[in-house]
Amino acid sequence: MNVGFDFINNKLLIRIDGDIDHHTCDEIRSRIDNEIMRRNPKNIIFDMKNVNFMDSSGIGVIIGRYKLIIDKGGLAAMINVKPPIKRVYDICGLKKIIPIYENENQAIQKI
Amino acid sequence: MRIDNEMKLEFLSKSQNESFARSVVAAFIAQLDPTIDELADVKTAVSEAVTNAIIHGYECQNGHVTIVSKIMGRTVEIEIKDYGKGIENIDLARQPLYTSKPELERSGMGFTVMETFMDNVEVDSQPGMGTTIRLIKTFKSM
Repeated sequence: MNVGFDFINNKLLIRIDGDIDHHTCDEIRSRIDNEIMRRNPKNIIFDMKNVNFMDSSGIGVIIGRYKLIIDKGGLAAMINVKPPIKRVYDICGLKKIIPIYENENQAIQKI
Repeated sequence: MRIDNEMKLEFLSKSQNESFARSVVAAFIAQLDPTIDELADVKTAVSEAVTNAIIHGYECQNGHVTIVSKIMGRTVEIEIKDYGKGIENIDLARQPLYTSKPELERSGMGFTVMETFMDNVEVDSQPGMGTTIRLIKTFKSM
């Protein structure tokens, strides 16, 4: 499991690499929360390009980070979402709160 | 229905075994040549059931989880069993967004994901005895 970060226009790009399940979610959560604390971004963008598997444990992590950022007046978005991840995202009703954009440029412009 | 193939897997309730368990089941059912979506659906449902056994059944203590999977024609049945705490109220546990452990930042969507991705989800549980989740799915004809 690897989580990389980029900081562009006060937005934190969170690049998750690997499966997101109960086993990996603790590490992902703490890495993201540390980075949010350190950088204090306005908005966050999850780059899911290298995520091939996510179950409802991952949804818990995503919603948790979403709550963190909206409590500070920010927004969250997702990019590069593959079909199996999109299915879990749809079932869990995430589209009401976290929009998906085609790519990084679009997400950076929109939120 | 005639059983065409069957496998049994047993492992310790460690979270690192979640990806192992779903990968083994995916490899077993691959002989039915499911679509990529069907395979992803089964992997996700198995992951939810195994995660439930580890977090809720054994509350992250050591115990054994068994998976028995059977192939009958184009239908696959996957039974995930733990010998842990059991579920007091199955109907409540199956409600979307319900979690008995809100402090763990759980989404409460595990059963909803299983029910959406599989054709049928059966739950047998007795407090103090453990839980068996039976996942059933028929793959579309080739």
